[in-house]
Amino acid sequence: MVLFVLLAIGVVGGGLAVVTLRNIIHSAIAMMVCFGSLAGMYLLLGAAIVAAAQVLIYLGAISVLILFAIMLTQAGDANIPAPFHRQVWAAALVALVAVLVIGWAATTTNWGDGLQVTAIAIGQIAQSLFTVYALPFELVSLLLLAAIIGAIYLARRPEDDERAN
Amino acid sequence: MGLAGYLVVSTLLFGIGAFGFLARRNAILMLICIELMLNAVNLSLVAFNAYLPVSANAGGVFALMIMAVAAAEATVGLALVIAIIRTRQTPEVDEYSDLKE
Repeated sequence: MVLFVLLAIGVVGGGLAVVTLRNIIHSAIAMMVCFGSLAGMYLLLGAAIVAAAQVLIYLGAISVLILFAIMLTQAGDANIPAPFHRQVWAAALVALVAVLVIGWAATTTNWGDGLQVTAIAIGQIAQSLFTVYALPFELVSLLLLAAIIGAIYLARRPEDDERAN
Repeated sequence: MGLAGYLVVSTLLFGIGAFGFLARRNAILMLICIELMLNAVNLSLVAFNAYLPVSANAGGVFALMIMAVAAAEATVGLALVIAIIRTRQTPEVDEYSDLKE
């Protein structure tokens, strides 16, 4: 219970810091705090394999990718522009309404007597990944290949095209 | 507590991500907010998997799938952002107004 509250503070506080901090580097660090707390939550839920994947993929790969993108695009620290659009209040209203409606649905629904966490055995995950979900698994590998090729094509400098021709 | 507690945390994270995506001007920060929303969905999937009877660990498996899709999305999205920042010299999305008139 205490652990859950601490991790929830980490997740929600990290998320709030991401959207409110002016400096985008600070936002990226807050995002890593948020993702790390989420990995702890997956451990509380007995999903060790998902927690490991969270640490590897989000904390390891995606955070570093985003930090690299920030470094490549940061135009000096002379003046940090205004962080929000003019429609910030409309955005806050939309998000608030969405949170209230979904939260209302989540808290008033009767979820049965499910108060006991059933841990995922890693063997079971492997079993279902390669039998029931074999087709989505292969499609994901195809998607990753397409994403790699697309990213290389998009991020290439235009001069390289002329040199190649 | 129990399932509803995790769902509330997931809802709050999703709302924060949606707000940030709509309100922030920086293109890279908008991508970070998409990641926050995907993580919120992942948390609710894993929570459902832990508390409700599901066949073949559907929640855990699809959380892993969403992570792979999120990695692909981040790769292509950041490549797009870097390409457009290279041509426009700014990461602020409301200054990309060439198609406006």
